[in-house]
Amino acid sequence: MKSILSLTLNGRLREDVVPHNTLLLDYLRDGLQLTGTKRGCDGGECGACTVLVDGQPRLACSTLAHGVAGRHVETIEGMRRSGRLDRLQRAFHENLGTQCGFCTPGMVMAAEALLRSNPTPDRETIRSALAGNLCRCTGYVKILDAVEAAAREEASA
Amino acid sequence: MSSMPNFVLLRPETAADAVRLRAAHPDSRFVAGGTDLLPNMRRGLVRTPAVIELAAVRELDFIRRSGDELHIGAACTLAALAADPQVAAALPALSEAARAVAGPTHRASATLGGNLCLDTRCRYYNQSAFWREANQFCMKLDGDGCRVAPRSTRCHAAFSGDVAPALIALDARVDILGTGGVRTLPLAELYRDDGMAWLALGSEELLTAVRVPLTAGWQSAYAKARVRGAIDFPLSGVAVALRRDGEHLAILRIACTGVASRPCAIGGLDILVGRPLDAAAHDIIALAIKRDILAMDTTVAGMAYRRRATAVLAKRLVDRLWQEAG
Ligand SMILES: Cc1cc2nc3c(=O)[nH]c(=O)nc-3n(C[C@H](O)[C@H](O)[C@H](O)COP(=O)(O)OP(=O)(O)OC[C@H]3O[C@@H](n4cnc5c(N)ncnc54)[C@H](O)[C@@H]3O)c2cc1C
Ligand code: FES
Ligand code: FES
Repeated sequence: MKSILSLTLNGRLREDVVPHNTLLLDYLRDGLQLTGTKRGCDGGECGACTVLVDGQPRLACSTLAHGVAGRHVETIEGMRRSGRLDRLQRAFHENLGTQCGFCTPGMVMAAEALLRSNPTPDRETIRSALAGNLCRCTGYVKILDAVEAAAREEASA
Repeated sequence: MSSMPNFVLLRPETAADAVRLRAAHPDSRFVAGGTDLLPNMRRGLVRTPAVIELAAVRELDFIRRSGDELHIGAACTLAALAADPQVAAALPALSEAARAVAGPTHRASATLGGNLCLDTRCRYYNQSAFWREANQFCMKLDGDGCRVAPRSTRCHAAFSGDVAPALIALDARVDILGTGGVRTLPLAELYRDDGMAWLALGSEELLTAVRVPLTAGWQSAYAKARVRGAIDFPLSGVAVALRRDGEHLAILRIACTGVASRPCAIGGLDILVGRPLDAAAHDIIALAIKRDILAMDTTVAGMAYRRRATAVLAKRLVDRLWQEAG
């Protein structure tokens, strides 16, 4: 069974006909070709699929597409500002917080949710906020450095 | 392409409608935060023709004081529960247990109702269809017998929710809405010691709220052993509530999770009331725990380790609360 799903995606209102059993992750990746949001596991384990729903981090692999009807969904594609990397993306790049890059969209979205509610988090707070996002490459230290750098930049801006 | 089996999605806006829909669609399932149900559906562990989504039922999302009780709606997220200053001040075990569930992104959508009604877990069950088939399935789904205890006639999958033991230790009750109205029962009575039928809920019933007494002078705490501090289910989780009256115990409650098919309230502790917390008291506590839990080979850590961990967590919490109350 299908029905119309309307939501705001990266600031734009959308309406699509979506099957009821579609996960938000499949809607974004396969329906809209927004493949920045990653599928890293078979459900709920890795955080690679993290997006924002009304500003809160959410696992797109464990959310039904119709479950976010009428809400504001933001993905990594919505992070760029006027065609340029946003401060978090740039900080990940400059601090080597990304290696293979597979966990990066989820890390950036989880960090974005944190910085919106707490623009000056200490390192422990960043660790807790990213606790559900797994990275097989960096060893996490440079990811924490990157989020700290982005927060510093925001504070001095 | 979809990674999910087919179903119809129903989106009621009131609890009464949710119950009516559940009654009208016999094998349907409720979904709240979806962090347990949806991964399980993806793995083929749950099959249903209709999913009833509770996200639009706003009336179940609240935390409010009512007389000498705190009422918490089933749709309250664990993040909201963990961040609530009233809960942290009066019911630390509840706050700590909510904060110990999964990772922060799960907690932002995971609900209290979903946590209390969580499916039981087992290393032979929480696997892909391919893995389970290669292992000839098990009695919880598609197969015969229990892989954990081959001679057993029952399923030993473990209840592994973190919040239930905290609420049981705090004497919480739950409101359950069915087609015939609301009934209220002690939370401990919501559970059955059966990995396949762990909830004493009627097929159309919806858990709507939890009522926790705000009893003056109670100290409480929750602790769990897990593989990764950041995210994992409890290998064993223990909640303790106690009241100290001078040099004597006035109240002691202990409840555990991850070590039986239901969250278990440890019995026989009332004989400690009026006695000091000495070595003999600790022996009684350790024996009671040993008698009441049934840690089986359901997860990555062995049974002996989980039994010991349960006793050690309980001893540490009891000692800590006793000292804090002194
Ligand atoms: C990687 C990972 C780690 C996890 N770690 C933990 C952990 O450490 N501790 C822990 O406790 N859990 C853990 N979980 C499980 C889960 O995230 C939580 O238990 C969560 O609280 C479930 O709530 P939910 O709202 O998402 O439930 P849902 O998935 O929406 O529902 C769970 C079950 O409850 C039923 N249900 C939901 N609401 C109601 C209601 N009001 N009345 C009747 N039935 C209802 C549903 O039908 C379903 O069967 C983990 C999950 C993952 C993926
Ligand atoms: S894809 Fe791994 S948590 Fe969603
Ligand atoms: S950069 Fe490769 S998984 Fe994180």
